[in-house]
Amino acid sequence: MSEGKKGAVATKEGSERLVELYRKMVLVRAFEDACGRGFRQGKIGGYLHVYTGQEAVATGLLDAYREGDRVITAYRDHAHALLLGATADEVMAELYGKGSGLVKGKGGSMHLFDVDNGLYGGYGIVAGHIPLGVGFAYAQRYTGTDHITQLYLGDGSVNNGAFHEAANLAGLWGKDGMCPCLFVLENNQYGMGTSVGRSTAQEDLAEKFRAHGVEAEKVDGMDLEAMLEAGERLTAQVRETGVPYAIEAMTYRTVPHGAADFFEKYRTKEEVEKWRERDPIGLLEKRLVESGVEEGKLDEYKDEAKEEVQAAVKFADEAEEPDISELYTDVYVGEDEYLGSDNNGGNE
Amino acid sequence: MAETKTYREALREGMVFGMEDDENVVLMGEDIGVYGGTHLITDGLYDQYGPKRVMDTPIAEGGFVGAAIGMAMTGMRPIVEMMTWNFSFLASDQIIQNAAKVRYFSGGQVKVPLVIRGPNGGGVQLSAQHTHSLENLYGHFPGLKVVSPVTPNDVKGMMITAIRDDNPVIFLEAGALYGTKGEVGEGDNAVEFGKARIAREGSDVTLIAYGRQVNLCLRAAETLEEEDGVSAEVIDLRSIRPFDEQTIIQSVEKTHRAVAVQEQWKWFGVASEVAAIIQEHAFDSLDAPVMRVSGAEVPAPYARNLELAAFPSEKMVANAARKSLYIEEK
Repeated sequence: MSEGKKGAVATKEGSERLVELYRKMVLVRAFEDACGRGFRQGKIGGYLHVYTGQEAVATGLLDAYREGDRVITAYRDHAHALLLGATADEVMAELYGKGSGLVKGKGGSMHLFDVDNGLYGGYGIVAGHIPLGVGFAYAQRYTGTDHITQLYLGDGSVNNGAFHEAANLAGLWGKDGMCPCLFVLENNQYGMGTSVGRSTAQEDLAEKFRAHGVEAEKVDGMDLEAMLEAGERLTAQVRETGVPYAIEAMTYRTVPHGAADFFEKYRTKEEVEKWRERDPIGLLEKRLVESGVEEGKLDEYKDEAKEEVQAAVKFADEAEEPDISELYTDVYVGEDEYLGSDNNGGNE
Repeated sequence: MAETKTYREALREGMVFGMEDDENVVLMGEDIGVYGGTHLITDGLYDQYGPKRVMDTPIAEGGFVGAAIGMAMTGMRPIVEMMTWNFSFLASDQIIQNAAKVRYFSGGQVKVPLVIRGPNGGGVQLSAQHTHSLENLYGHFPGLKVVSPVTPNDVKGMMITAIRDDNPVIFLEAGALYGTKGEVGEGDNAVEFGKARIAREGSDVTLIAYGRQVNLCLRAAETLEEEDGVSAEVIDLRSIRPFDEQTIIQSVEKTHRAVAVQEQWKWFGVASEVAAIIQEHAFDSLDAPVMRVSGAEVPAPYARNLELAAFPSEKMVANAARKSLYIEEK
């Protein structure tokens, strides 16, 4: 595992950067906590998968995002949207099924898109999005840019054919410098309730990339500084070479898989507790305090994040549902009226 | 000016027209490059445009169709060859779950200007796993356009339209007819989607088909004329989604009788949809029940005689028309 080049906090500039990222991480945490409450109140429908425990991964790597880059991920996508610049209001309104939501109330938790900020989607089918991201990367090179794609996937997806077919294409196109794709495998150790050991014969998931000609390394996904270092170094490398690379971020979701996963029969309390001791926000707090940041200041940031999220919940709660006429829009480019709109009329 | 060309040549010409027009149009598929394409549709294009625009892919449909969708979402306009549409089952998750739906669940933030093309249906003794007609499958999904040209002129013109379209287009070729000839319009002969073609005018019964069954209907119409003095109108639907209801309804209002013909299985097929549309919109014009002629409800057999028996024949179409006219079947 990459040690990460610690020491960013040694300088004032480094310390300020970490504090900024700390504020982002606590915003994500507060947002996800509020999602849980919204779901229990029946305000959020459908499936709900939160990012709690994994914040350091996307926070660290998306810090290396440059305008024109693209990001694609699966259904645990709230953090990616927030970190790329979507507001808490927009994301929460989407989860509440409102017209002012990030995708107009048509996607919900699993399908956040914010193309202006580089987010090309959350997707709901395990592994189904991976080929798309490889296609983004090819297009980036084909159209003559030096942009890259950050492609997030979970450990549950690497047993699926779509992963292997896409990784093979990436390796193949990378031979000609035509696939500037940074794969980010968020290994939180469980695909829903089945552990890597119970679902995957080759448990060294970085090896699965190497088998397809894509170089890979493991990075401590609970350590923000390690993710930052890997992100800076590897995005620069992929940008320059057009050759894909994979990070296996070793992480853990310290909450259930989804909102309906109440009992967590597949893992022990002790295991979860052990990982909570390595909580990425807790680790970063410790580091910041050691470097001289006041604990009170960190508490203030947490309170600010909670306030921002509370305001987003209020915004979402009060926002209007999408107009019923939106039912038939966005099916086809340009000609939504054809086929259907006067067929059934929709159920008002 | 129109020249006589094969369906294969016309199709290639349509793709080349698109490639010359826009360098973001690229071709992808199994063996379409160095090999020249198993059906020789892309023959010569690899030498002409190079490996970055005429891309050989691994035999892994889900992966490369998914990658093409990603390319289409972000500035390119790929044309993907399914060596045959039978193989699209392997890519159906990508086509249905991503290509058809991503515009909607992104709230309109992305578009997917993608063409997936290849031979559809059977007729050349490829047996069960290589013989499928998939127009009803893909026609079922909002977000996809599905077209099925049968004439060389249409295959070129509809390819030009498909390439320009900002939506994913399922382009179902009449694979058994690649070598057939017809007049093809020069240059930009784009054919609008959603407009059926009246392939033959008539006044007594309307025969409705698409793909290679159109030719069957034309032959049946000749027979009906010669043997029974019946004037049959033949409608070539050309496109399954969008669907030209008006041309069908207007024709049935004139002829009062209809036969819907398809190669695919009878149940839940396009012909059922045609029959339903007629009864919804032209019930009062009907003088007889709408007839359906379809493939036999069996996996496609190999033996020539069994395969012929499994698909609609000219005789079946003519007899269905006779039945609707209450005249003796032959």
